[in-house]
Formats: sequence, structure tokens, C-alpha cells
Amino acid sequence: MRAIAEQLARARGPLMPILHEVVATHGYVHDDDIPVLADVLNLSRADVLGVVSFYHDFRRTPPAAHRVSLCRAEACQARGAEATYAAAADRWAGSTEVEVGEVFCLGNCALGPAGTLDGALHARLTPDRLDELTQGWHR
Amino acid sequence: MTATVWVPCDAAAVSVGADAVADALAAAGATVRRNGSRGMLWLEPLVEVETGAGRVGFATVTPGQAGDLLAGELHDTGQDLGVVDEHPWLARQHRVSFARVGVIEPTDLAAYRAHGGLAGLERALTLTAEEVVREVTDSGLRGRGGAGFPAGIKWETVRTAQADVKFVCCNADEGDSGTFADRMLIEGDPFTLIEGMAIAAVAVGATEGFVYLRSEYPHAIRTLRRAIDIAYAHGLLGGSVLGSGHRFDLDVRVGAGAYICGEETSMLDSLEGKRGEVRAKPPIPALRGLFGKPTVVNNVLTLAAAPMVLADGGAAYAALGTGRSRGTQVFQLGGNVAHGGIVEADFGISLRELVEDFGGGTASGRPVKAVQVGGPLGAYLPPERFDLPMDYEAFAEAGAMVGHGGIVVFDESMDAGAMARFAMEFCAKESCGKCTPCRVGSTRGVEVIDRIRAGTQRESNLVLLEDLCATMAKGSLCAMGGLTPMPVRSALEHWPEDFGVPSPVPSAPLLPPAAFSGDPRNPHSTPEAFSGAAGGSRVEEHDDSATSTDGGARP
Repeated sequence: MRAIAEQLARARGPLMPILHEVVATHGYVHDDDIPVLADVLNLSRADVLGVVSFYHDFRRTPPAAHRVSLCRAEACQARGAEATYAAAADRWAGSTEVEVGEVFCLGNCALGPAGTLDGALHARLTPDRLDELTQGWHR
Repeated sequence: MTATVWVPCDAAAVSVGADAVADALAAAGATVRRNGSRGMLWLEPLVEVETGAGRVGFATVTPGQAGDLLAGELHDTGQDLGVVDEHPWLARQHRVSFARVGVIEPTDLAAYRAHGGLAGLERALTLTAEEVVREVTDSGLRGRGGAGFPAGIKWETVRTAQADVKFVCCNADEGDSGTFADRMLIEGDPFTLIEGMAIAAVAVGATEGFVYLRSEYPHAIRTLRRAIDIAYAHGLLGGSVLGSGHRFDLDVRVGAGAYICGEETSMLDSLEGKRGEVRAKPPIPALRGLFGKPTVVNNVLTLAAAPMVLADGGAAYAALGTGRSRGTQVFQLGGNVAHGGIVEADFGISLRELVEDFGGGTASGRPVKAVQVGGPLGAYLPPERFDLPMDYEAFAEAGAMVGHGGIVVFDESMDAGAMARFAMEFCAKESCGKCTPCRVGSTRGVEVIDRIRAGTQRESNLVLLEDLCATMAKGSLCAMGGLTPMPVRSALEHWPEDFGVPSPVPSAPLLPPAAFSGDPRNPHSTPEAFSGAAGGSRVEEHDDSATSTDGGARP
């Protein structure tokens, strides 16, 4: 953690790149990371926490084994994204293995509903297609 | 002889299996090259086979068809598109910014040069800074992020500012739903953006640049970083741009899922490592931008137009388009559309040509009910309005906006009341929270729309909603709160029945004229000092800067 921060600290505006690297390396930003980052960057803990909490990407809890992230923005709604999202939320309700999240635009607006499964971009995600692609995942 | 085939590496093509198709073709013995996408997204994965007559395309190829494709067994089937360059959908377009996208390998600098790349930068280096800016001013180029602010005026402001360091920042936080041109250009032809930023840097005297690219675009991030490394290795970036003595360093910074960071001032705060909160203007970023220094903030497509403007001269670019909307616009057809993708055309093309001729109607085959133009903050328009020409001023007069050129099509199953509610809900979710009309107004907006739809004191709640929209439009700090009323009011105006309102709602202008003529309270709008010259509306993405709030687009 401290090593990541120190390595990137000399860039201009280093906090965002550091937080991205922390999430890429550890999966999330732990509460204990915040005072360390504040110390390395000579910021207050409140400043660091303010930034961490502002951005969706800087998650504060460990990710589940599998991640479904579905676009719910207008272009995907026009192609049935809400039905896919509802089916996914229902299917994995309460699951500790699979987390279902929403995202607003993945830039795949002509081939919606779009979504990512464990980070990989997919198109035309109907509920059936989602089932097909996630066979083998724990419910 | 081994066949040479081209398989797009664009994220949209990959999302429908292009990587697996490329692997299968390589395993079957073909030489596989990876291009960007031609923009005919409904045909992806679109594989092209090199022949004596040109590159012949095959649509929606599956990995299992690799052998058949190479054996020529797909010829004259429904998948055979003929020579791709001659495909009517492409041949009817005017590809300027997208001239190389889908044609070359994205990070092949030699191919980039062979297809006209670097001519603009090389010419810029023979001119004075003032002359470079004049070419851009003469071209009539306006910010492609949505606000449509004249790029030349912005550049001139930065050029004449005195400072020890200046920046060029590219707003690639393309967060607006229905926009994907920035992504496709970066994934398909990243050197055009790099060259455009280098031209801007030379013109204004900037030595450092950043591309603020959203985290939702991992393919674009990888391609752009690779292209920047290659550009450094070939002296296009670094201590002496193409041996000119100009220093220009360029870095990619990745967003973190906040829509508001497409608004140019919150993008600058985010680049500085802060919460992405909107700044009050003035001071404008051209004078006090990144780290308080003079900064050019432009959208991807604005900067990507600069190489052509410099290569062919401002007058050649200004010869395209209509009225005060010069050049070409890269339209994006998305949502429930049969033929979705990229249509680059001169300004002035009608909405009908785009939606019906290029788009081919809905994907579902049902009648079109509405299109939303310009991203989530743009107006919903019914088919009766499809004769509108794509022109900043014509759209503004109609209470709508061209924005970043995104067009989202909806069929008759769309519930306009639900979409209006969603506009408010999204604004509540993504508001930076700095100003009250946006932060609180959006939440109250959801509640009021719910009451109208439920029939609770409908008449008085309609008055309240209009009052709330007026407050948000006039009182918000940036285009996010300022333009969220646009989709809400247009939905209510055209489809009152979706709100449970039986009779047509008396039509009010969708936005006060001030929002289009430089309301200083609206960051997405044109700064007051420039209001005579521009009619910006959105966030740069709205500021020309991004597409969405991403632009600002959203904001």
C-alpha cells in the first residue's frame, strides 16, 4: 500500500492514479489505507476519504468471486435492459458468490443491453443470454 | 498463399465475439490483422478478406465459420457484403475524422502516416502559433463535446494568456448514453487524437497534456497508452515534437465512474486528485484551468478534427456543413435501432435521414416512438420533428440540442413518463452535490413526477414540476442540473398521456433562451464574454469537452 503510494506520489495530482492502483492490486480500498495515503501525500484523512467516497470505482469492500455489471442507461433501456437487470438481481439476490451492479453506459449503445461479466464486455444481454454465459457460476 | 483477413479489435466487435473469430481464423492458417470498427455495428464481427479488388467484408462471422470463410464458401451468401469501401452505408457518409478508423491497424504509425497522418502537425510546425490558431478559427470548428463553443476562440484565449506552464486536456469522459464515437476513435485511430493534442499544444504554448478517459473503456485505455508509448519512441511526443524544439508530454488519466466528471471543471478537479465537483465560472479554464493554469479543454472529436483542419487549411473545413455549424459531425445511432453505429456526415443532414435511411428504423421492427438526441440531457423528439436539420442553432430553436451527436431510438413500447422520471433519478444519483437546484431539485423532481403519474393533485403538481424545471435550468451551476429539465419537459410536451395527463400540456419553451446563449451560471454554456460568438448548450462535454457528463454530456 505505502509502496504503491510512494511510487506514484510524484506525478501531478497523484491521488486518483494511486487509488486505481490500490483497487487493481488489492480489490478495494481498506479503511486502514486511508491514513497511510494521507500521510504519504500530506493530505488530511478527510480529504482522502472525501475522494474515495466520491467515486463509484473506489470500492470499500472486497469484491465477490463473480461480478455482473449491467448498463441501465437510456440506450440499453430502449433495448430491454431493465428486464435483464431485474432478472439478474432476482437470480443472485443474497448471493455471496456473485454481485450484481449497475453501470451507466459502457459505450456499446448500438448492441444493448450491454454489460460486463467479470470485466469482459458483452452485448445483447437478454435474461436468457445472461443465463447461458454464466452457466457454471454458483447461484 | 495465406489469406490476409482483418478482424476488428473494437470493444463493440469484441463484445459480440470478434476475439474468438480472430483466434479461429489464425488457427485456420490466415494472417490476421486487427483494425478498428468500420462503425457498422449491427454487422459485427465484420471480417474483411484482402482480395485484388479490395477488402471484401463478411458480416456476423462466427468462430465456427472460419474454415468456410477462408475456403470462399461464404461468397454470395447473405453475409457477403462485397468490397467494404463501396458498401452503400459507408459510401454515403463523409468520413473526415473517422477516415482511418476501421481501415488501419490502430497503433501502426507507418500506416497512419501513409493514410495522411501527421501532415497537419508537420504543417503546424512551419507556422507561427498565431497562424495555427487562425486556421482553427477560420475552420469554424466548434466543440464537439456538446456545447459547440468555437475552438479557435478558446485556443486564442489560452495562447495569449501569460503563465509558466499551460495544459491541453482532452475530455474523453464519454459518459452519455448513446455516445461512443470518442471510444471508437481512440480504439481505432488513436494517433489522430495525439496529433490533434500536439497541434493544440504548439498553438497555445502548452508543454503538458492529459487525456481524461473513463474507466468503463478499458480497451480504449490500453490502445491509447500503447499509442502514446509509440509516439514517444518516434519523437512525436517528448522533449522535441518531430524535432521542432517544442516539448509536449502526454499522459492518460483514468476516471472512476463519476458521470459529472465529463463536465469540464469537475474533470479538472478530478485530474488534480480531488472530488469531481463543478467549479463556478468565471474564471474560465482557458485562463485558470488545471492547477490554476491556462488550459485548453476540448472533447476527443474536437481535437481529432485539428489535424485535418491544419493539413487542408481552415477554409477547406469551413466549406463543409451549414449555417454556423461547420465541418462534419460524427453521429452515433444507438438504442432500439436496426442499423446502429457511426454515421459521419456534414452538418445539415436531417434527423430523418439518420434515423430512417441510415438507422433503418427500430431493431424490434415496431414503429419509432421517439429519439433522444444529444445524450441523457437532450430532448426526446417524436417522428413529426424528424425533418429538423442537424445544426446547433436549428436544434436550439426547437428546444433541443445536437450535443455530441448521439441519437438513441425508442420504439412504441417506451414510456415517456418513466424516461422523464429516470432523467431526474439519474441526476439525483450523479449530481456532484455542489449546487442546490441540481442536488435537491432532482430528488424532488422524481417525487413530483411520481405524484403526477399516480394522479395525486395532478394539476398543481404539473405547475410545481414546471417551476422546479425552471429553477434547475436557470439556477444550476452546470449543465447537469441545467439541462436535466430538457428531457423531462420534452417528454411531457410530446407524450402527456404517459404521465396520465389527458390533454396536451401548454407548450413552454424547453429551455430558457439564456441557457443557449451563454448563461454564466451554466458552466456548460458559453462563457458570457464569448456569447456573441457561440451558442453552446451542454456541458462541454458539454463544453466541447466531453460527451456526457461525460460529457458533460450528461452535464
